[in-house]
Amino acid sequence: MSDKWNIKHAAGQRSYALREKLFVALCLFAVLLPVLMLFTLFGRLLLDGLPRLGWDFITSYPSRKAASAGILPAAVGTLYLILLTALIALPLGVGAAVYLEEYGKRSKLATIIEINISNLAGVPSIIYGLLGLGLFVRALGMGRSLLAGASTLALLVLPVVVVSTREALRTVPMATRETCLALGATRWQTIKQVVLPQALPGVMTGSILAVSRALGETAPLVVVGALSYVPFLPDSVFAQFGALPIQIFNWVSRPQAAFLVNAAAGIVVLLMMMLVLNLAAIIVRDRMQRKLARAH
Amino acid sequence: MTDPNSSMSPPPKYSIRGLKAWFGSHEVLHGVDIDIPAKGVTAIIGPSGCGKSTFIRCLNRMHELVASARADGRVDLDGEDVYASDVDPVLLRRRVGMVFQKPNPFPTMSIRDNVLAGKHLTHTNKKETADKTVEAALRQAALWDEVKDRLDLSGSGLSGGQQQRLCIARTLAVEPDVLLMDEPCSALDPIATARIEDLIHELKERYTIVIVTHSMQQAARVSDQTAFFLQGDLIEAGPTNTIFTKPKDTRTEDYITGKFG
Amino acid sequence: MTRVHTDREYDNQLRQVRDKLLLMAGHVEAMIASAVKALVERDVSLARRTIDNDHKVNQFEVDTDELCLVILAKRQPMASDLRFITLALKMVTDLERIGDLAVNICERAMDLASAPPIRNDDDIVHIADLVQSMVRDSIDSFVHADDEKAQKVIDRDSEVDDRYHEVFRDLLQLMAQEPTTIERGIHLQSVAKWLERMADHATNIAEQVIFMVKGKDIRHVGHLSAPPPRG
Repeated sequence: MSDKWNIKHAAGQRSYALREKLFVALCLFAVLLPVLMLFTLFGRLLLDGLPRLGWDFITSYPSRKAASAGILPAAVGTLYLILLTALIALPLGVGAAVYLEEYGKRSKLATIIEINISNLAGVPSIIYGLLGLGLFVRALGMGRSLLAGASTLALLVLPVVVVSTREALRTVPMATRETCLALGATRWQTIKQVVLPQALPGVMTGSILAVSRALGETAPLVVVGALSYVPFLPDSVFAQFGALPIQIFNWVSRPQAAFLVNAAAGIVVLLMMMLVLNLAAIIVRDRMQRKLARAH
Repeated sequence: MTDPNSSMSPPPKYSIRGLKAWFGSHEVLHGVDIDIPAKGVTAIIGPSGCGKSTFIRCLNRMHELVASARADGRVDLDGEDVYASDVDPVLLRRRVGMVFQKPNPFPTMSIRDNVLAGKHLTHTNKKETADKTVEAALRQAALWDEVKDRLDLSGSGLSGGQQQRLCIARTLAVEPDVLLMDEPCSALDPIATARIEDLIHELKERYTIVIVTHSMQQAARVSDQTAFFLQGDLIEAGPTNTIFTKPKDTRTEDYITGKFG
Repeated sequence: MTRVHTDREYDNQLRQVRDKLLLMAGHVEAMIASAVKALVERDVSLARRTIDNDHKVNQFEVDTDELCLVILAKRQPMASDLRFITLALKMVTDLERIGDLAVNICERAMDLASAPPIRNDDDIVHIADLVQSMVRDSIDSFVHADDEKAQKVIDRDSEVDDRYHEVFRDLLQLMAQEPTTIERGIHLQSVAKWLERMADHATNIAEQVIFMVKGKDIRHVGHLSAPPPRG
């Protein structure tokens, strides 16, 4: 019998399995390492900020005394910012994505827009800040307001929203659109009633993740004029505002060691906000996907 | 035997003259002349790439939805040219329904909503008659008995053959008078195929059906008239019985007897 | 048929059918010849051997039928292939009937061999020659899809009919004049009648060949609708 047909291990020839196991171990290590580092970092932060973390920290206004300085206006400012940013960026971003993906396929305009959007995602955020300052704060007369800040952040996250929405739209198969058109629907009816609902999980996930990125942006907010000392809560979109990253930065640059503890606590709060937002994205996506796969 | 062109026979549903179609600058249909009789089944056969799918998509103006695709010529539906400038293709597609190769019920919708999808999409649904519409369409598609107790469950839980019948019901709910079918059984097993063919046999009493198929046996079983396409030309069209026993053109003969390639 | 089926096994199977029919026809032709020879030369053992050989024709019929059925089931033949197969099935029947008629002639030959001859049977031999040629040519025309040859076979049928009527009148006259010849006369008339029936079967085959080649049904021309009322 020729050796070609032999199916038994040769003596001591088990190295294929060994090599594979080694490779898997390597990959596992590559995954665990950053996760471990993140945990260590967070753990240290938690330890550092723990003495100051508490209900009064979250509900107090900033003050000269570290022990009584809190992050309430900063946190509220950040929350308002996120909301406004979402309100501005999502309709614009989804609309742009729908145009590019569903209507603009043939036109030169669409190609130009497409090229530019990918570029926009890579622009440093400080540039957005400067743009915001010139356009929103000064030219459009919004002043150093929540609206200006949110508009600037909206510009920042817009490319991400557009790209992730387009990806989500692409997951809806062409056959679905064809079927709708064959039933005598217009393009808009098709998009609104069938394509967008089907793409919704992806759109939601992408949008929430994009907006959560805006959470941590500091530079553009500094340029646009977020305050680092905010003794009040913003009462309208035209009010001045503060934000968590600004407040944290402000505390870190103080000479008193006690403020560092505040900063650490502030970072913990900021990270928790991000965590909650990301978790929300995952839950929303999960729920929607389960609804799609209902009754199998 | 009466001459099919005599004034005694009813006028054709579609009267097509000089139909040409392009993808960009590439001409894929080179001037097709054919009559599609009303209320009956016309089968379109031919090897891959012969233009049969393109042809059928010109009948409901789906062809032009692809970027850089266009068509030219006269396609008269009950005497009116569907390519005339005052024709709304959207309204045309409500009259001329289409069923595709891969069964694709909408995954986010229940069976009931799937059937009503066409009406919802076009805002022509009436709440009071919705239930009746659903039952009528599902009965016509020979699916009612199998799903009547689970109308609110998702359409994706059905078998392939059932899904295709659901798609047919969805198309029928819009009340078209022509049904275009682009290889509707290609993705189905023989039993599901037989049920759809049986269904076609019932449907042809009420609708004009044009079916593209790559199975000659299916064309022979199901249709009254058959048209053979080759590389963008209509080679021969005639009664199915004649085409499959005594075709006139050698190319038709060669294709049918398997002497191609 | 110059073009070949893409699936060459299909061509093979069709060729097998063709070959079997040729063999069967050849066999049947030989049976006609030996039947008439046994009659004329009063060769009882030849007659018996010919009768025994009929089983081969029956075997051919069964084999060819089976082969055609398999092709119908597996290949779903269309157009010219379909006409070929369905006609092959019918031709097999015609050939098998011709074989049975040859057996009948052999049996009569054995009966007649025990008594002295009553006449010169050259005219019957002539009819037999004609019939043999018709059988040969009809199968030939089928194999080569030659509709002109088939037409000539059909034309020869009237000649056979005429010759048969001559033999019939001749025998009638003989039997009327000499009553002792009646029994033998009737046997001979049967033989002539059977030869004429063989010619009809060969004509059937030829008509079917024309249908296969031209797609035009020329059978029963003039006899498809009800006859006009008499009187």
